[in-house]
Amino acid sequence: MAKVTIKVNGKNYTKAVEDRMLLVDLLRDELKLTGTHVGCDTSQCGCCTVHIDGRAVKSCSMLAAQANGASIVTIEGMAKKGKLHPIQRAFSECHGLQCGFCTPGMIMATAGLLKDNPNPTDEQIYKGLEGNLCRCTGYINIVKAVKMSAKLLRGKKH
Amino acid sequence: MYALNYVKAKSLREATAFIARNPEAKLLAGGMTLIPTLKQRLARPTHVVDIANLPELRGIAAKGGKLVIGAGTRHHEVATSAAVRKAIPALSGLAAEIGDPQVRNRGTIGGSLANNDPAADYPAAVLGLAATVVTTQRSIAADDFFQGLFATALEEGEVIVRVEFPLPKRAAYSKFHHPASGYAMAGVFIAQTAGGVRVAVTGAGPGVFRWTAAEAALAKSFSSAALEGLPLDASGLNNDIHADREYRANLVRVMAKRALAKLSGRK
Repeated sequence: MAKVTIKVNGKNYTKAVEDRMLLVDLLRDELKLTGTHVGCDTSQCGCCTVHIDGRAVKSCSMLAAQANGASIVTIEGMAKKGKLHPIQRAFSECHGLQCGFCTPGMIMATAGLLKDNPNPTDEQIYKGLEGNLCRCTGYINIVKAVKMSAKLLRGKKH
Repeated sequence: MYALNYVKAKSLREATAFIARNPEAKLLAGGMTLIPTLKQRLARPTHVVDIANLPELRGIAAKGGKLVIGAGTRHHEVATSAAVRKAIPALSGLAAEIGDPQVRNRGTIGGSLANNDPAADYPAAVLGLAATVVTTQRSIAADDFFQGLFATALEEGEVIVRVEFPLPKRAAYSKFHHPASGYAMAGVFIAQTAGGVRVAVTGAGPGVFRWTAAEAALAKSFSSAALEGLPLDASGLNNDIHADREYRANLVRVMAKRALAKLSGRK
């Protein structure tokens, strides 16, 4: 068993987990944070994207033990005090989703993209979301939502 | 995934001592290949030894006419490093095109080289730039390091510590992405180095290789026209559901021309 001490959405946890447990299973099964989804389970779809120490990663592609000591943000950590995060608001307003299954991963990937590039072009958005798949193929509105997110986030700073 | 034991190495010495004692242990850095492999039960190591954050393996430095990148350096760090962009812009561009953002935030240069996937990007840069792979035991020239499909000169227990890139006069990389995986269907790295022109091809064959006919032609005339009608034997190239070997051979030529086009207009 591996002892894992992590901070998730600002809250500290220490858990003893099987060495082979994936981070996404720790989040979902142990911490009951089921907003992080498992889509393909083969590192392709990005539904399991979370932020580890500020960088977007696929939580199905790392062991929980590898995250020991890390600070993690999941989709549940985006809204603050019942108020949606600007990216969540943009996805809602632009209807950047169809079935919604990929949405948590899309939002976390968008947050990662906009952190590196606060004002991306369409081409940069396509590249920035390359690690995420929407099997409803609702990409047009997702791209719109990313653009609105960028505007909202930039507005916030000024 | 089969049951295994996770071990966090506190130093490189501890990691090498551990794998010497446990021949069925595997090193784990970014895990972008190893973890999916474990999930598919295609490997069954007794232990995974986490070396991802060892300080001995981290860092980027330009010194003495060389760019030195620690084996544990992540693709994102190489892609965004001002030192890399200044020294070898083609290398930062290559790193920025590996996989997807999430993969680049985890995957490492040492992991990519040790794995030597035939469609990986870094092998093209390392071979094209005549880099040196420095391990816990020795220095290995790129021409000796890559030995075909997932095979390298690394001995059991030998660990890549860093890669030393001599600075080229100029270099460019062009890749035809597989639209789903992002891997190279064909990727061509062209460099004008102190030792002459080098053309390294990834994705097209069972392992990275040098297109020597193109090197000779470009040495005479460093231009796209020099590649017209050059022989490129397709018989050993990959032939699969994604592309047949003749198509891949054509892609190699086109990617080489695109790499040259990137260089024209640049000093």
